[in-house]
Amino acid sequence: MAEIRIDKLRHSYLAEPKSDDDFALKRLSLTWKDGGAYALLGPSGCGKTTLLNLISGLLTPTEGTISFDGKDVSNASPEERNIAQVFQFPVIYDTMTVYDNLAFPLRNRGVPEAEIKPRVEEIAGMLELTKTLGNRASGLTADGKQKISLGRGLVRADVNVIMFDEPLTVIDPHLKWQLRSKLKELHIKTRRTMIYVTHDQTEALTFADQVVVMNQGEVVQSGTPIDLFEKPRHTFVGHFIGSPGMNVIPCSVKGGKAFFAGGEVKAENAKSAKGAARTELGVRPEFVTVVNKGIAADVVKVSDAGRFRIVETRAHGATIKLLVPEGEAVPQGKTHLAFDPAHTQVYEDGWMAGARP
Amino acid sequence: MKKRYIVLTLYIVFLMLPIYWLLNMSFKTTNEILGGFSAFPREFTLDSYKTIFTDPSWYGAYINSITYVAINTVISIIVALPAAYAFSRYRFLGDKHLFFWLLTNRMAPPAVFVLPFVNLYYAVELFDTPWAVALAHTLFNIPLAVWILEGFMSGVPKELDETAFVDGYSFPRFFIKIFLPTISAGIGVAAFFCFMFSWVEMLLAKNLTSVAAKPIVAAMTKTASTSGYELGLLAAAGVLTLIPGAVVVYFVRNYIAKGFALGRV
Amino acid sequence: MNKTWDNRAWWLVLPVFLMVAFNALIPLMTVVNYSIQESFAANEFFWAGARWFRELLNNPDFHASLGRQIIFTAVVLLIQVPLGLGIALCMPRKGAWVSVCLVLMALPLLVPWNVVGSMWNIMALPDIGLLGWGLNALGIDYNYTRQPGAAWFTVVLMDVWHWTSLVALLCYAGLVSIPDAYYQAAKIDGARPWAVFRFIQLPKLKHVLTIAILLRFMDSFMIYTEVIVLTGGGPGSTTKFLSIDLVQKALGGFDLGPAAAFSIVYFLIILFASWLFYTLMMREEAK
Repeated sequence: MAEIRIDKLRHSYLAEPKSDDDFALKRLSLTWKDGGAYALLGPSGCGKTTLLNLISGLLTPTEGTISFDGKDVSNASPEERNIAQVFQFPVIYDTMTVYDNLAFPLRNRGVPEAEIKPRVEEIAGMLELTKTLGNRASGLTADGKQKISLGRGLVRADVNVIMFDEPLTVIDPHLKWQLRSKLKELHIKTRRTMIYVTHDQTEALTFADQVVVMNQGEVVQSGTPIDLFEKPRHTFVGHFIGSPGMNVIPCSVKGGKAFFAGGEVKAENAKSAKGAARTELGVRPEFVTVVNKGIAADVVKVSDAGRFRIVETRAHGATIKLLVPEGEAVPQGKTHLAFDPAHTQVYEDGWMAGARP
Repeated sequence: MKKRYIVLTLYIVFLMLPIYWLLNMSFKTTNEILGGFSAFPREFTLDSYKTIFTDPSWYGAYINSITYVAINTVISIIVALPAAYAFSRYRFLGDKHLFFWLLTNRMAPPAVFVLPFVNLYYAVELFDTPWAVALAHTLFNIPLAVWILEGFMSGVPKELDETAFVDGYSFPRFFIKIFLPTISAGIGVAAFFCFMFSWVEMLLAKNLTSVAAKPIVAAMTKTASTSGYELGLLAAAGVLTLIPGAVVVYFVRNYIAKGFALGRV
Repeated sequence: MNKTWDNRAWWLVLPVFLMVAFNALIPLMTVVNYSIQESFAANEFFWAGARWFRELLNNPDFHASLGRQIIFTAVVLLIQVPLGLGIALCMPRKGAWVSVCLVLMALPLLVPWNVVGSMWNIMALPDIGLLGWGLNALGIDYNYTRQPGAAWFTVVLMDVWHWTSLVALLCYAGLVSIPDAYYQAAKIDGARPWAVFRFIQLPKLKHVLTIAILLRFMDSFMIYTEVIVLTGGGPGSTTKFLSIDLVQKALGGFDLGPAAAFSIVYFLIILFASWLFYTLMMREEAK
């Protein structure tokens, strides 16, 4: 197990990258502590799988370094790095039994059979595979196969990190949450460093202690699930996390104050705003309320989302959504809105004012 | 890494040597050929090729061959397309037995069919026409085409058909306008295999024709046996039979790998 | 894919059924009909029962060509399957060279079979052929028209030249369809190249290898044209395989009955062996 440090990492799939656009990863620095559960979250093509393959050693970085416990492993092979990886589609050795599958990584490393047996049985117990140990692995269902892939990672006591590349893609929905909570449970039990790549916010936020949000080859924000929700550093994070996403409303900034529709809107970080080409207010629908006197708005649409209703309004050319809990009155026609100042932020050119990197 | 490419290069050199030797012979004069061993033509000549292109019994034979290969390919594909669709989309009475029976025809030695075919095509008055050979070759090519096309069609989700029918397409219009373009790669591969088997086969082609429709493969055996040692001519005729194959393989080069797995990997 | 039951699908299959029936059933019935009769003149037939079959199965000539055929098929399978698999493993998976390799390798498959024979005939001529001249220059006495050993060597070499690519291309198609994740997982699990071959590549290639072995078995068991052009079945009858024997009987003589019986036995051997092999492979699969 190890602390993973990524320093000024860049990667391009082209032999001779010229402009910044040629890079799938644009200068990344991160530190991941030993024993943590991390998630890499971002839309398809944001570079998260590239980053994963760089850490596992399936790719060699164009620039920058990756080190495990201070030791530079940027050019080491996957085997030397001593990592484990679970892929999107279950990878199992069809002709072997479940037992042989789990024993495979140990046998390749010349571990004596006497040591392999208790180890495999222990892991099988954790994964609830004990009953199927003697079966051919090819006969298992998708979630069983994914468990084997995971087991092959867990079986080695000395792996530095276990990585998951969208591991629940082919799992049936009703089994997804089961396997997810199994993962969480295994993390608590084994305290291995785990990195989980996904484009699904629920998976990321429930699994990880720390979530890294990526977009277009860059890290947009790295923080706890609560940070990401309450203080998105970039409007992208605000949109991407939460359902519905954060309201982003054009505003003007003058002398440390934000104005919308002619009136001042109190925002937590308004003082840090220095002015930019594009200034916006960000507030989550959870923190918008209906009041008697405030920003005038017209209700456009109401949709039911179970425990609450999503109310979409138009105010001075901007769309503002708010949540009304079940049982409360839904505003109709013309209404007035107010934002919770503690959860309202000013964004300058997309970045939260005062937090620009 | 390096060792792999040495093995591969050696193998390809082994494949090319006889082809080179055929080319080499085709450019030599008869005197040089009979004079002894030489690794390349010393007196380079195109005489053999000139003979072939000026003698109607030679170039006519090429035209005959291409005619029956083309007829065969077209018939095989047109007939196989609906059948492959049926096998890939529906279950029906006796479907599995029918499919297996079709494939057993691929296992029939042409030698077994020579004599009955001669009788049969005499009886229907097609003997010594390109049609006889083209139809005879469908015995092997239709099952193969059905098999390949079924493999490709099974890879197309059924939802495509259903969506089209919901959108109000009639079956023939859907089949021609939507389905065929979707599996064009499969059609290309199937046509390639039909072409290939029809082009290379000799036993049936030779025995189902005599004079009017004599194919190139038969013309060549005649040269080898009757007019003695005309090796230059034989080599040139051989070289010319390589060209259609090379052209066709060039066109399907991007599908070869999938094609040789008959669409079912 | 779950298919719907619909007997109207027969209309789509009907053209294929009629064409293949015309080409297969009529000739096959003719053959069966001949095989149990005796003919003296073109239109006079007498009931012969199983006589032709009894005679055939006791005929030492038939035993000899069947034996030669089995040895030939076994030898070419033993060479072509491992060699083709090996070549496929050597091929690059990506890049511009892939197409070049594929096109060059497919070339022998598109050569008319009699040209294959002629080509190797010219190649193997002891005085002016590259192979024949070369072997003799190396001090090896080689003449395929006179020595049975040399004839067999040439016929086998020709078949290896002609058909190994088919096995290689089939295996290659199987190899490229293995997702990268398998190789990556194996790398992470610390598998050596041998283990990658044994536990990933070979199991994934089982299907295409089954097809390759079946095709090569059937086609090598039916070989005719290449050998008749190269050796004519000689020297003597040392390279006379089943098809050559059959064509001589059917077209050369007027013994329609024995030739027809031969045809039926020949076809049944191929059908039975293919069925047996296929069933065994599928039973292995089901395990």
